[in-house]
Amino acid sequence: MKKSEQSYTGYYFLIAVVIFYLIVFFISPGKISESLNFTTNIFKQIIPIFILVFGLMIVINYFVTTQRISKYIGEEAGIKKWIIAVVGGMVSTGPIYMWYPILKELRNKGVKNGFIATFLYNRAIKPPLIPMIIYYFGIQFTVVLTIIMIISSIIQGLIIERGVKI
Amino acid sequence: MDQNFKQSIIKSWRAIYKLLPILVGIILLIGLVNAIIPKTYYAKLFSKNIFLDSIIGGGLGSIMAGNPVTSYILGGEFLKQGISLVAVTAFIVAWVTVGMVQLPAESLILGKRFAIIRNLLSFVFSIIVAITTVFILGLI
Repeated sequence: MKKSEQSYTGYYFLIAVVIFYLIVFFISPGKISESLNFTTNIFKQIIPIFILVFGLMIVINYFVTTQRISKYIGEEAGIKKWIIAVVGGMVSTGPIYMWYPILKELRNKGVKNGFIATFLYNRAIKPPLIPMIIYYFGIQFTVVLTIIMIISSIIQGLIIERGVKI
Repeated sequence: MDQNFKQSIIKSWRAIYKLLPILVGIILLIGLVNAIIPKTYYAKLFSKNIFLDSIIGGGLGSIMAGNPVTSYILGGEFLKQGISLVAVTAFIVAWVTVGMVQLPAESLILGKRFAIIRNLLSFVFSIIVAITTVFILGLI
């Protein structure tokens, strides 16, 4: 994709969503106010996270070099790389799409797609939310699900890294 | 100020600035999807077949978006209504691991091929994870 195309695609997408809103507005105006309330709440929640993500991006751009990345999560790092992907995904905060630019930045610095896939998969496991899962589904379910999801995330990462050319 | 630090701020700002229209679009889309599809509607879609239920659960979780807490609350309600644990597990796993609504943003930033393969694999894994979890729980 050309640079100019890439910079306009985001705006085309935004315009398409606005058109979608206009269509829904004519069909069911009540849904629009409901979705705008929902949207406003999301914005309120993510603005502080967005600032945090911006800060993290600055830190990554400042400290993370290709050599450092390859040391920790490159091919030579072996099992450590997967541990970093698993733990990193778990402790990362904010909506998934907030992390895409950071992960792209990491990939530009040499990080493999398998690591990115494992990282993204582990975002499903959120330590602060564990009491909530226990409340709804019980402790046995939570423990079993968490272990299986960690194993699955690494399998998925390995499939993407070794089995699929991207 | 350190020149490298200044450069990293400029670089990060450019990345954020590029993301802004996509980010605003995604959030608006999430709001609309949540408003259009009523949460009570989902319960009607499940059957009693372990594979079919996990596929439906994973499928629903894939198109839904939002905080994982919402999926736990919905999943808990589904269980109360007699929907199988395997369907609910696939639903809550796919909710966070598959992102149909975020797919355009993921494709644009991380690459179309990567985004499609990752989301497809995550969908398949949501079914495998659900069936395995429920199977292991049955053994304990």
